Amino acid sequence: MAAELGLAAMWLAAALAALQLVAGAMAMNARADGTSELAPLVRPAAVLQGLLAAFAFLSLIYLFAVTDLSVKLVALNSHSAKPLIFKVAGAWGNHEGSMLLWVTVMSTAGALIALVERRLPEKTMQATLAAQGFVALGFYAFLLFSSNPFERLPTPALEGNGLNPLLQDIGLAFHPPTLYFGYVGLSVAFSFAVGALLTRQVTPDFARAMRPWILGAWIFLTVGITAGSYWAYYELGWGGWWFWDPVENASLMPWLAATALLHSASVLAARDALRTWTIMLGVVAFSMSMVGTFLVRSGILTSVHAFAVDPERGTFILALLAIYIGGALAVFAFRAGTVAEGERFSITSREGALVVNNVMLSAILAIVLVGTLYPLLTEAFDVRVSVGPPYFNPVSAIFFFPMVAVLLVGPLLRWRRDSLARIRPSLVIVGLLLLVGIMVALLLSPIGILPGLGLVFAPALAVASVLPLRGRSLRRLPLATWGMVVAHLGIAVALFGMASESAFSEERLVAVQVGQTAEVGPWKVRLDGIQPVAGPNWTALQGRMFASYQGGREIEIDPQSRSFWVPPQQTTESALVTRWNGQLYAVVGNEAGDGKWQLRLWWKPFVTFIWYGGLLIALGGLLALVGRVIADLKRRHAKGRVAQRRKEAKA
Amino acid sequence: MTSGLKPKHQRLVLVLLALVAIIGAGTLAAWALRNQASYFYVPKEMMANPPSPDRGVRLGGMVKAGSLKTDPDGVTIRFLVDDGEAEVPVKFSGIVPDLFVEGSGVVAEGHLGADGTFVADNLLAKHDENYVPRELQDMTEAQKRMAIEETN
Repeated sequence: MAAELGLAAMWLAAALAALQLVAGAMAMNARADGTSELAPLVRPAAVLQGLLAAFAFLSLIYLFAVTDLSVKLVALNSHSAKPLIFKVAGAWGNHEGSMLLWVTVMSTAGALIALVERRLPEKTMQATLAAQGFVALGFYAFLLFSSNPFERLPTPALEGNGLNPLLQDIGLAFHPPTLYFGYVGLSVAFSFAVGALLTRQVTPDFARAMRPWILGAWIFLTVGITAGSYWAYYELGWGGWWFWDPVENASLMPWLAATALLHSASVLAARDALRTWTIMLGVVAFSMSMVGTFLVRSGILTSVHAFAVDPERGTFILALLAIYIGGALAVFAFRAGTVAEGERFSITSREGALVVNNVMLSAILAIVLVGTLYPLLTEAFDVRVSVGPPYFNPVSAIFFFPMVAVLLVGPLLRWRRDSLARIRPSLVIVGLLLLVGIMVALLLSPIGILPGLGLVFAPALAVASVLPLRGRSLRRLPLATWGMVVAHLGIAVALFGMASESAFSEERLVAVQVGQTAEVGPWKVRLDGIQPVAGPNWTALQGRMFASYQGGREIEIDPQSRSFWVPPQQTTESALVTRWNGQLYAVVGNEAGDGKWQLRLWWKPFVTFIWYGGLLIALGGLLALVGRVIADLKRRHAKGRVAQRRKEAKA
Repeated sequence: MTSGLKPKHQRLVLVLLALVAIIGAGTLAAWALRNQASYFYVPKEMMANPPSPDRGVRLGGMVKAGSLKTDPDGVTIRFLVDDGEAEVPVKFSGIVPDLFVEGSGVVAEGHLGADGTFVADNLLAKHDENYVPRELQDMTEAQKRMAIEETN
């Protein structure tokens, strides 16, 4: 029953999305004096559509929770012997469920703007909601016609196929929803951009209305990427934290675009400059989410993320991609010329620095995009290549480090026009730090150029990021400024972690007998025994080891090599010992003969800073978001009071 | 971009700046891709046209039955990768993927050493029924049959 109700809700939601599109478009095209009769329907339609989509998604979760094996999706992806949390998370751990999650989040966001957003001219809102309906409609069509999650089996299965063991991890419960919130937040920014462009209302108000959505999306993307990186780090057992895998790039590209958009929207909101550029970035950011969805979900890449290998689905997503991006670019091409020129500024100003930030981020985005799509392109000519770190690292660094150099001074500059002479004391501090950094890096040599640059820039950036606090009352500082400081500090911290990890990591690969000791960096690791262990749906060989840091207390670690039986597969469970100054990473391999076992050990100094930095960046975004929302609420409250007073005075 | 410029000019300068950066990035990317993209070889191609030792490439084929040997250090393995027409010796130090066995398909990432041995930094094997390295997916049925016959 739940399956049928969910399906019905999905059809109704799709119908409402169509209504939202038609009514919104008619309202927008109504003459300036008259209003369309359908206009009052747009907001309620958006709200109801959000509720129905949420209902459909809850039905799916219910089906997974009770393991209803008459539903095809459940039978294919779940198993009655799974722990409940993984049953529930399994609802979005597959193609159909994850697409339903996508559209649910998008409709809920649409419902939210329909409910609360009142700052913009009503026509712009109608156009925005119409665009939102248009995007949603495509995804409903995709779900209903080629990926129905509620399809029943003719005869119920006796037992489910189980969930990919790599996905049976607490990370799964959070990782995809987090990224989807990010992708979808960008769809809202996109709808706003289209709405503003269609009604020629590219104003600071528009930037302020759009900004919380960009910030929200950006926070989720940051958290998603950080968590995904850590998950890959400990789950894959390869000791790496970023592989430039197409799927990782699929989440990085929207992040880069959103970061650029965030900064250009703040220029638009504060100074009414960079109007068309902000619109363009809004279109690009959402296009990158769509490209990401396409790369990950179309089956064009083979990876743990590619659920759908059905070519029809890939084609469908590609068609959606072409319609939305092509449509948006066409609207942009026709209307961008009519957007009036924004305010001017000098190159040495906050705007100037942010333009550099935007251009560099866009360049990095282009590099990642080209590198990610290149193998797909050459495959069309029957040449098989793969593109990895030797391409991505140096080429993106060419644009990354100049951007960091500008980031050292940018936040210190005033809007509109400034001079470097005014901020000379801060420049001296940062310059000295850079010099010290360079000397230390030279002393530590040989280390690679990129880690060296990272080690030079990270401390200088850490200090430079808090310099804007100088001479300001910390208690009266707006929350949004705190957000900027924390986020920039997070970049310094993450950069330090990355540089340190690649400069100072030590690796050891040995075969040892039980009782023998292996050394890696400051650690001594003794293999105490290997024993079989069993979990709810797996068995494993578990290495019992004792690790001691510089001859200190011994810590027990138990890396495993797990074998799952539904579906049959093996995974490597690494064991980690975290200290403030780094991590010991241990993996147990196969038996090597003569009672020896393969061990792979890493000592990774300050590797954890990568993820602390990522979390700091997200925290900065959160502070900025809360600060902006509070300020907006206050402004709205004040406006309401002024209006009321005026009314009273009139009376 | 001083305030002396007309508004139109500032926009033009910004657009040009963005275009230069993006085109620069694109050109740089294209140039770097030519040098850094890692090509996929099967043993026949690698024997006919060996890549230079400083170039990262991928080698794909079947692990020849009976060729897998472990060095005395217990962590270095040597085996032959075979495509039915040629064989390339491969050396790998590390923990092999779980489904890496003789007669199965493998993709080795690394470079061809000067002595003709392929030094692998990483081995990709079939993870499970659903996750197969792309190159292995396309390996012809004939090659698979041959590999199976050899194992029998």
